[in-house]
Amino acid sequence: METIINDIKARFEVSDITKQRDNFTIVTCKKELAVALVTHLKDVEKFSHLVLLSAVDWIEDNKFQITYILNNPDSRIDIGVRTFIDRETATMDSAHHLWEHVATYQRELHEMYGINFPGSPRINESFILEGWDDIPPMLRNFNTKQYSEDTFFPRPGRGSNDPAEYMKKKLYPNE
Amino acid sequence: MSNIDNIENKFPNKDFERRTVIGPDGVKFEIDPIDDYFSDARPKVIAPKNKVIEKFLNWARAESLWVLGFGTGCGSIEIPPLMTPRFDAFRFGVQMRATPRQSSVIIISGYLAVKTLKRVIRSYEQMPSPKYVLALGSCTINGGMYWDSYNTINRLDHYIPVDVYVAGCMPRPEALLAGFEKLKKRIKAGNGEGANEYAEKFDWYKGNQKKIIKDWNMPDYNW
Repeated sequence: METIINDIKARFEVSDITKQRDNFTIVTCKKELAVALVTHLKDVEKFSHLVLLSAVDWIEDNKFQITYILNNPDSRIDIGVRTFIDRETATMDSAHHLWEHVATYQRELHEMYGINFPGSPRINESFILEGWDDIPPMLRNFNTKQYSEDTFFPRPGRGSNDPAEYMKKKLYPNE
Repeated sequence: MSNIDNIENKFPNKDFERRTVIGPDGVKFEIDPIDDYFSDARPKVIAPKNKVIEKFLNWARAESLWVLGFGTGCGSIEIPPLMTPRFDAFRFGVQMRATPRQSSVIIISGYLAVKTLKRVIRSYEQMPSPKYVLALGSCTINGGMYWDSYNTINRLDHYIPVDVYVAGCMPRPEALLAGFEKLKKRIKAGNGEGANEYAEKFDWYKGNQKKIIKDWNMPDYNW
């Protein structure tokens, strides 16, 4: 693990190295070098399995974080590659040439976050949301409660209790 | 919708094209295969027959509930134990069927995404009437824990008529058996008129369905 980290630190300008566990480390790198780093890890360091490709919306920093988690089935270590892209343009290099299922992940990210991956197969086809016409639902400025109330006929009479207050009232009514 | 065009171009189906066929005796006739699959006719209300016959028919319907094998949410995992020896729903005349055209009951087992609702509506409309709907879990009643989700419906009874609700999250197979018993009582009392209700309030149901299914690329009614 250490040797791999030191090696990619020299080659790919990685920063912000977080050691989560003995067998799991997350590194951050520049957007332009992310796919190159993933390719290097896959082909040279034998991280042959992509565990997931996901995104986080950092609306305060006006950025999307994209994370690739790779696994080496022989030495049983994981490595996470993190990169930040601009939230307005929201374009990232496609990595579908490395694993076929990356195209599906990218299709999902395109639908849920509006991140574009030019050249990725079937990127514009709908994945889960058929005929969605609002802003992508995983963006943090999308008000899911408001959308649900406007769209799905909420049943009246639904309330909620603060559990602590409710149990206090129920168990100790005289206090 | 550019998506739909893409998909149609990708999987062109020659079998669905209009064509002229020459019969074995040399007679030419036109066929439109879509007509064999879909219908644009509205569903009709089927009035009950006279009291005695209807009572007998309802008894027969109630004692032989054929359930469509269609799982929508987490509740579909309750169906296998229901049919296997521990709970053994066959005792109550309940059995699973593979296709909508053979079944009389559809179980909506839990949360329903908009994408699944589209398939539910197609399956429901293909079932021969009289047909019954058993809604399982709190998600079908008021949205349950997905009440504020952008992609799951809140009230099932706005999209298809529901006969029996089984509350719980998730209800156990015993509760489901109790739900079947209640459905039987309802059918025997002559109240299982969901299919007629669907036909009567067809425009209201279609309006609600089309409000949330934005890419309506299927016929208005299919049997």
